[in-house]
This record gives sequence, structure tokens and C-alpha cells, in this order.
Amino acid sequence: MKTGEYTDEKAGMDASLSVRLSVYKYFTRTLLWLFPILFLLVFFFFPLSKILTLTFDFSTFTDSKTFPVILNALGFTFYQAILSTLLTFALGLPSAVLFARFDFHGKSFLRALTAVPFMLPTVVVAAAFTSLLAPRGWLHTLFPLSSFQFIGTLNAILIAHVFYNTTIVIRIISNTLARFDPKLEQAARSLGASTLQVWRNLMLPLLRPSLLAAGLLVFLFDFTSFGVVLLLGGSNFSTLEVEIYLRVLKLPNLPLAALLSIVQLIFTLIFSVFYVRVTRQNTVQTAPRFSTSRPPKSLHERGFVFALYILLLTFFLLPLASLPLRSFIRLEADRGQREEIQYGMTTDYYRELFINRRGSLFYVPPIQAALNSLGYASLTVFLSLALGYPAAIALAKPARLEKILDPLIMLPLGASAVMLGLGFIITFGRALSSPFFVPIAHTLVALPFVIRTLQPALASIPDRLRQAAATLGASPFRAWQAVDWPILSRATLTAATFAFTISLGEFGATLLLTRPEYPTIPIAIQRFLSQAGGLNYGQAMAMSTILMGITMFGILLIEKIRITGDKDDGHF
Amino acid sequence: MLELKHISKTYEGRPLLSDISFIVQADETICLLGASGSGKSTLLRMIAGLEYPNAGSILFNGIDLAQTPPHLRNFGLVFQDYGLFPHLNIFDNVAFGLKMRQKTFSQINDRVSEMLELVNLQGFERRKVTDLSGGEQQRVALARALAIRPRLLMFDEPLGALDRSLKEDLLNQLRSILQNAKIPAIYVTHDQEEALTIADRILLLHDGVIVRAGTPAEIWSDPRSVWAARFLGIGNVVDGMVNAQGQVKTVFGALALQCVHNHREGETIPVLLRQSSVGGQEIQLKVEDVLFKQEQFQVKAGGAVFYLNEKPMIDQIIHVEVKVECLA
Repeated sequence: MKTGEYTDEKAGMDASLSVRLSVYKYFTRTLLWLFPILFLLVFFFFPLSKILTLTFDFSTFTDSKTFPVILNALGFTFYQAILSTLLTFALGLPSAVLFARFDFHGKSFLRALTAVPFMLPTVVVAAAFTSLLAPRGWLHTLFPLSSFQFIGTLNAILIAHVFYNTTIVIRIISNTLARFDPKLEQAARSLGASTLQVWRNLMLPLLRPSLLAAGLLVFLFDFTSFGVVLLLGGSNFSTLEVEIYLRVLKLPNLPLAALLSIVQLIFTLIFSVFYVRVTRQNTVQTAPRFSTSRPPKSLHERGFVFALYILLLTFFLLPLASLPLRSFIRLEADRGQREEIQYGMTTDYYRELFINRRGSLFYVPPIQAALNSLGYASLTVFLSLALGYPAAIALAKPARLEKILDPLIMLPLGASAVMLGLGFIITFGRALSSPFFVPIAHTLVALPFVIRTLQPALASIPDRLRQAAATLGASPFRAWQAVDWPILSRATLTAATFAFTISLGEFGATLLLTRPEYPTIPIAIQRFLSQAGGLNYGQAMAMSTILMGITMFGILLIEKIRITGDKDDGHF
Repeated sequence: MLELKHISKTYEGRPLLSDISFIVQADETICLLGASGSGKSTLLRMIAGLEYPNAGSILFNGIDLAQTPPHLRNFGLVFQDYGLFPHLNIFDNVAFGLKMRQKTFSQINDRVSEMLELVNLQGFERRKVTDLSGGEQQRVALARALAIRPRLLMFDEPLGALDRSLKEDLLNQLRSILQNAKIPAIYVTHDQEEALTIADRILLLHDGVIVRAGTPAEIWSDPRSVWAARFLGIGNVVDGMVNAQGQVKTVFGALALQCVHNHREGETIPVLLRQSSVGGQEIQLKVEDVLFKQEQFQVKAGGAVFYLNEKPMIDQIIHVEVKVECLA
């Protein structure tokens, strides 16, 4: 009897303990979610609801100008996005074949080069093309072409989009090509299929899901493109995104801006859902990688590799190199002297950044913009890590209910940066004089990336490693230090670099939210570019070069972490 | 009729094949037998036109194929891992080559059903490739290769991915299909049992050269080289020293050998011992280990294996009759 009582008692104690434990667990779980959710509610969902309310403004619907504006913007958005996507594939598909099938000198350099633009801020890309093709750029100064116009044309928008997104096509398609079993092609050839027939009957059908995925992704980026269209398209073209910006700052009509941003959100969400469905189908067929690349052999192959190599090198290197060069080289006539062009090295453009001239664009020396940017970026890193860590921990091993929260956290990705800015303006109005709203907007943009970087790292740490460490005599802290920290430190550094570079280059939201006395680097570049005069132009080049340098350093850092990380994983 | 003349090929700077020449006659099945990495698959891919030799030429009916791209050679090719098109169903896989040849719809229909009947897969037309077992997939691959009425059929380890019972089954089917189709065929494998079953003629490939060519019976009765005897698993190869009496002294005692007069006294030569109850010499050995092997007992002694019907004891001294043969 005694033993029976004893076990009952113990069972009772166990039960109450487990209840207490589960309450404790529940409590900590809630605490994990509290701040990220609160942040999103206040700074994303509440502004979103404000935009929605504003959309149902009766006067907007009765205004006869509303629908032509929306239809025009929507029409042009689709038009340029479709054209850009087609052009991106025209360059990206052959390049994907080049990287998947052939080995040649400088292959990895060329591959890295094509990937650089994707990570660069839009203002830098706009400045790079300006340095090459605008009236004060290299082309016009070295070969005076009075009739050639690039900036302010549709071509400029399309070319910049191709410059940005070709790497997506290369990456997705060449990955799929590398996973093709070479035997399939050999089988088709032995069955009598010519090269053309192999592509039509075998490669294209097998590539279809990847083509669709790459196409949707490129289209999505082109559809929501803002900086490129605004800075390179000039006043002639407005996409939905640019139209929202215009209706907020230039021709104020907030209800119309709200309506435009809801239209844009709906379309981006539709395309995103398509994209997710396509990639889900795609992951079903995973095969080991086959190494099918080899040096080009026949004359045809050598010609193909050589021509494409030169094309890619020119297309990607020229703008990237011309920008820093232009920032150090004077290429214009001195004031008053129309014909004489002065050439020569100069550091004037950089020195000018430190001077606070009267009648200049800012109330502060332009270099202050760099300090502001660094401050905002640091705050963004801090905020997005502080909010991203608890969310990532909860999402790494989600309970059933918590799985619903995942898409909620990712939703800000679907909203454009300009829309975030609009939401802040509608919601917080006067309070916006505080400079803290800029890093908050940057955090909203960066948070999904930070969580997506941290979550897999957290989920990848197997419990048995900690258990193994414990059985070998490691204290919980030592186990954490030995097992968790090496993995987490890399992920944290990557996430922080992401947040930092995103904040440094962010243009859309900042343009709407920033105050004249707190410019950031992209805002300063945009203002310099929009002003006349060689000095302004030169300062835009100098500032863009600085931003490009910092961003490239960030990219290199992430790449380096990724590569050494891959090596380390081999030790497990 | 396929003819290879002095084919040489290097792989990553090292010679892989050197000076390979042979002829495949009409309705003959040739088997290229060799260890993995011996270059036999490369040879096949060169005949298919998927790779090019560094030297030498490949002729079909006297015409050099160097300028003929793979898709115009009309050679069928069957792979170890089938190489079926994952995006097509069974019908479209078999019909692929016919569609490339712009055949009419009814021609394609007839030929595909004929082929599926041949490989016993009637009614599988609408199935997906991934729904089939390995053996069924390989039969589809065979039907696909046969459908185009190839001038030559090539098999690259076609049964390598299948389990044993399925292998034997499919091997026998393949044999009768090849005999009925009257198409010259080249069959590449590393499995000597497959080679001995299916080949009219075997070419033994070792270190980039053909070390032995002949019918299965010829090669079995006279492997000629130590490597061939060991690779084919014929008898036991032991080393022995020629003594003054014109015999060869081995671990199993001094044995009489016909070709001994070709060698000097004191020279060490390889000797092939084949267990045989007729016309053999009796040797004496001490049992080291006994394994049960399908109604017989495998006895290990002195680095060689013999088969007995009665189970001996370990350390027991037993007597076996063997034929003693010379190896090059």
C-alpha cells in the first residue's frame, strides 16, 4: 500500500510539475513572440489598415481622373516589366548555358561579376549608368554624340533591369542544368534528335518549372522597381511605385496614393503566391549534381563562349568601373569656357563632400549624409537582430499555431518600400519629424531577411550534438559555446551584414520619410544627380563610389562567411 | 558491319585506350568485358559519336563515321540507369526516336505497340516512368532503342542496377530478343557471367588494350593470361618453380606441365589449376577453412579454393584431382 501511495503522490507531483512547466513554456513562448508581433502590428499592420481605410474614400472613386491614372500606371508597369523580363532572359539563358556547360579562364570571376549588381543599391546602379551614358558621362565626353540619349528613355529602364536581374536567371537555370543527367541528352541524341530537337523536346520541357520560377522572380523585381525608374526614366515614365511617390510628395493626393499601393500589393501578392507554388513543385525533383562542364571544343562552341564572355564582361564591368573612375577624373569644361574640356585626376569631388557651402542642397556638409546612413544602419542592425532572434528561435521549432505566424512575418516583403513610407506618413503624420522612423522602416524591410538567415541556422543545430557534448562532460554553457556559438556566430554576422547593407542602400521609404537636415547617402546622391553643374555631378559620383565600396565590402564579407561555413560543415 | 581501326584515347593526360581494333559482324553480339575504369564505356560512347578518339577511325559498312553526328548514326544506346525521359510517359519515351524521324501518327502507334509487346509491357503506355520498377524501366529503354530499327545496338552495363534474380531473367529475354532481331550489338559489362551468357564473341579489355578475344568457350578453355584467368574466375592460379625433373614445384607439390620445356630450371611461372575428375593429376592438401556453397563445400587451402561433395574437417589432409595448364 505504501509504495502505491508513494507512486500516486509522485504522479501527482509530476502532473503539477508538468503543468507548471507547460505554463512556463507557454509564457516564454509568448514572450518570444511579444516584441516582434507588437512591432509589426504598430509599424506594419496598423499603417496598412490606415491605407486600406483611406482607399475607401468616396471622392477618389468619383474623381474621373482616378482610374485613368491607375490604368496608365498599371499598364506601363506591366509593359516595362514584361519587356525587361524578356530581355533579361535573352541575356540570362545563354549565360546560364555558358556557366553550366563550359569551363574557361576567369569563369568564377565572371560569375561573381554578374552577381554584384543584384546586391547594389538602386541609386548606385543609376549613378553608374549616368557616369557612363549621361551627357556628362564617359561616352559623351570621349565621343561627342549630340543625338544619343539614354537617361530618360525606356531603354535606360530596361537596360538597368537587365543589369540587375540577369544573375537570377543565371543562378536558377544553370543550377537546374547542372542537375540534369547528361545521359538524357545522350539518349536523345542517339535516338536521332539534333541539337535543336534536344532543346525543344528535352531541355525546355525539363527546364519549364525553373524557367517559370526565374521568370516570376525577375518579373516581380521589375514590377516593383522604383529607384531605377525614378532616377533613369526621368519624368516621362511612371510605374505604380513611382506614381505612389508622385501622389505623396509632388502632386499630393493621399487617397489616390493609398489606392495605388493597394493595387500594387494585390498584384505582388498574386505573383508571390504563384512563385511559391512553382518553387514547391520544383523542389520535388532533386538530383545529385553532375559535372557536365568542359572546355569548349568545336569552333561553334569556342565562338559562343568567346562572344558571350566579351559581352558579359563589357556589360557588367563597364558601368561598375566607370563610376569610381569618373569620381576621380575631371571630364568637363571649366565654368565659362564652353569648348575646352579639362581632363585630369582630381579629388575635388571628395573634398567638396566635407564642405558646408551656402546655397548647397543641404544644411549640413554632404559627408554628414554618410554619418547619418551609418547611424541608421547601425540602429537597423540592432533592431532587426533584437526582433529577429526571438522570432527565429520560435520559428525554428514551431508549434502548430505558430506556423500561421510565419507568413505574417514575411508579409512586409510583399509591401513595397514606398508603401511602407506612405503608411508611416498617413499613420504618424507630425510625429515623423523624429529621425527614428527611417531606421524603423529599414528594419521592416530587413526583418524578413534576418529571420530567414537565422531560422535555418537555429533549426540546423541538432540536439544530439548538445547531448553528446553533455555526456562528454561539458556544462550547459560550455556545450552552448562549443555547439551553438560557432554556427550562430556566422549566421548572426551574415544577418547583420544583410541588415546593414539593406539599410545603407534603402531608397524608396527613405525618400518619403527623410527630413532635409538628415539626408542619407542614397538621398544625397539622388539630389546631386537631379541638380545641374559639374560639381554636383562629381559629388554624386563620389558619394555613389563610397556607397558602392561599402556595399561591395558587405557582399564580400557574406560570401566569405558562406564559403568558410560550407567548409566547416564538412567536419560534422 | 562496324569496324574500329587503331583507336586511341587519353583521359586527363593519361592513356585510356591504346590501339584498339576490332570488327563487329552483322547479327553478332560482341561483349566488351573489363574492370571498371578500363575504358570500355568510353569506347562505346565513341562509337555512338558522343566522344571522339584521339587517333584511329570508326567505320560502318566501310564508311568513316568521323563526320557523322550522333543523331544521324542510327545506333541504339541503352544505359545502366536507363536514361528514360522523366517528363514523358512510357508511350512517348518509346516514340521519341520515331518522332525525331517525322514518322506519321499511325506508324508511330504501330511501332510503339509492337515494341512494348516485344518487351512484355503491353498496356503500360500511359504510365509514368517513375511508377515502374528498375527491370520494367530497362525494358522500356530497350524498346525505345529498338523502335528506331537501329543499325547497331549498344548496351552500357544495362543490368548493373538490377538485383540478381531480375538480372538473370532480363538477360535471357535480352538474349532471345537480340537473336530474333538480327541486329549487331555491343554489350559492355564487368560481370563475366553476363558476358559468357550473352556474347557470341568476348573482347577482354585490360589496361587499355584487348588482351584476349574469342568465343566464350574459347576464352574459358584457354584464358592465356593470369589476369584473364583471375578476372573470369577460372580455376586457381598459383606460382610454381621449374625443377630439374621438368616439373613445377608448387605449394601442392611437384606437378607435371606440358609447356615446361619453354622455361629454364629455377624460373618461377604461373600455373592454372582446374579441378577435374577426368585426366587430372592428384594433389594433396591440408584443409584450412570450409564454407557451405550450394550443395557443395568450398575448401580453402594454400591460397586456392576447391569444391568437394563431402564436408571435410579442418586440418584434414585430402586429395583432389586437377588439370594443370600453362598461362602466358
